[in-house]
Amino acid sequence: MTEPSAKEEKTASPAAGSKPASGAGGDGQPQINTLKMRRRIIWASIWGFVGVNFLMFLRFFFPRTLFEPKSVFSVGAPADFGLGVDTRYQQLYRIWVVRKPDRLFVIYARCTHLGCTPDWKESENKFKCPCHGSGYDSDGVNFEGPAPRPMDRARVELDAQGQIVVDVGKLYKCAKGERCEFDDSGAYLQA
Amino acid sequence: MADENNKQGKKGLTGLLDEAQEKARLLKERALEEAKALKEPEKTQVFRSIFRVKHDETPRSRALGVLTNVFFHLHPAKINRDAVRYSYTWGMGGISFYLFLVLTLTGVLLMFYYHPTKLQAFRDILYLEHDVPFGKLLRNMHRWAAHLMIITVWLHMFRVFLTGSYKRPREFNWCVGVVLMVLTLLLSFTGYLLPDDQLGFWAITVGTSMARATPLLGHEGPFGPQLGMTPYNDVRFALLGGSIVDSNALLRSYIWHCVAIPLIASVFMGVHFWRVRKDGGISGPGPVMLESEIKEQKGPTPVILRPSGMQ
Repeated sequence: MTEPSAKEEKTASPAAGSKPASGAGGDGQPQINTLKMRRRIIWASIWGFVGVNFLMFLRFFFPRTLFEPKSVFSVGAPADFGLGVDTRYQQLYRIWVVRKPDRLFVIYARCTHLGCTPDWKESENKFKCPCHGSGYDSDGVNFEGPAPRPMDRARVELDAQGQIVVDVGKLYKCAKGERCEFDDSGAYLQA
Repeated sequence: MADENNKQGKKGLTGLLDEAQEKARLLKERALEEAKALKEPEKTQVFRSIFRVKHDETPRSRALGVLTNVFFHLHPAKINRDAVRYSYTWGMGGISFYLFLVLTLTGVLLMFYYHPTKLQAFRDILYLEHDVPFGKLLRNMHRWAAHLMIITVWLHMFRVFLTGSYKRPREFNWCVGVVLMVLTLLLSFTGYLLPDDQLGFWAITVGTSMARATPLLGHEGPFGPQLGMTPYNDVRFALLGGSIVDSNALLRSYIWHCVAIPLIASVFMGVHFWRVRKDGGISGPGPVMLESEIKEQKGPTPVILRPSGMQ
């Protein structure tokens, strides 16, 4: 690094001598500072360029448009569902519609442990996750295995035609030690 | 003016004659040389620079043969005889590298039949298994070599730990090795999704669900929600290219698996092997001490143990 700077100093000093404005203090010292500043500016531009490019590279991994299943959909009228767990929309929308005597709600079919889809075991009246064995009762409340909380419930509404509109973009949680959201308005429909 | 011109002209004429004669002589020499080269092309410089030729059987040319050959040169000229005992090294580093080569070769061949799309990926696996000539062999070689490489990399690390080979002056190479081990695990993880079967799909679902809990960068991790992380902008989203394991995730893991991570791992492997040589070869049995360390000590002279490979 020292050698080229010495060379540049030599070549630059006669040119600088012809310029009266730059050589204020004396010969040599200001020119070296100027050269150092120029070098710093060039390196700053290079690193700035590389850094901005790296940020662009990171941003590149977050797509703007997704081609995923829609999160808001209609599943029919409340009268279409009998008491108990209904699995007819599991494949299509990853939900179960559960009807109790007093209310109807929609469980989002994602195990709260690590995100697998549990199976509804009709004979045992429970949900069982095939990945790590978490078990949930017919309300989706965990009672065995590593699951930390009951399965989340999706927002449900009735539209003008009396159809149930489900929004899995808005989930209601019931984690231990936090406020249970299952009784919030939108988490269930009054039957 | 005219006189001067004349003088110059005369001078020029004789000079020109001499020049022409000289040129003719050179031309003749070159023609002779070229005729010779036509008769014996294997003796020409061009031939000898393109094709390998046999040198005289002298110690010097044999030594040069090793030093100038890139493949021989990768090995050190001499190593500690204790360090090459299999009971000492288990050969795990070398076997890991060998498996990496097997995986690269079989992996490139598998790429000829595999499409990383939701529609075709699993079909291509069935096609490879049941119809492609030697497809089953290739796929199983790739699969088993991958399993084995995970095992050998861990055993290599275990051996290095047990023999204390992570100590001075090899601390840096230990760190490079740790990075290589993580890259090996990432290669294994990204390859898991590629068959697009139930096993791989749910394994990646589980694996990337863990990324939700990343501190700061995951939407279920500590301080994640406070920093505005949602399922649509956190680290898991960047890994999958979406909020669910779908076609984007398949394509991304394919590219990480086949291009990016092997390239990064190759660079680190180059550094790793170079550092083995630079730090004094394969770590030998007994404490590794540098001479400079010993000189400072007072009292009875200890047994000098040079780093193996440095004589």
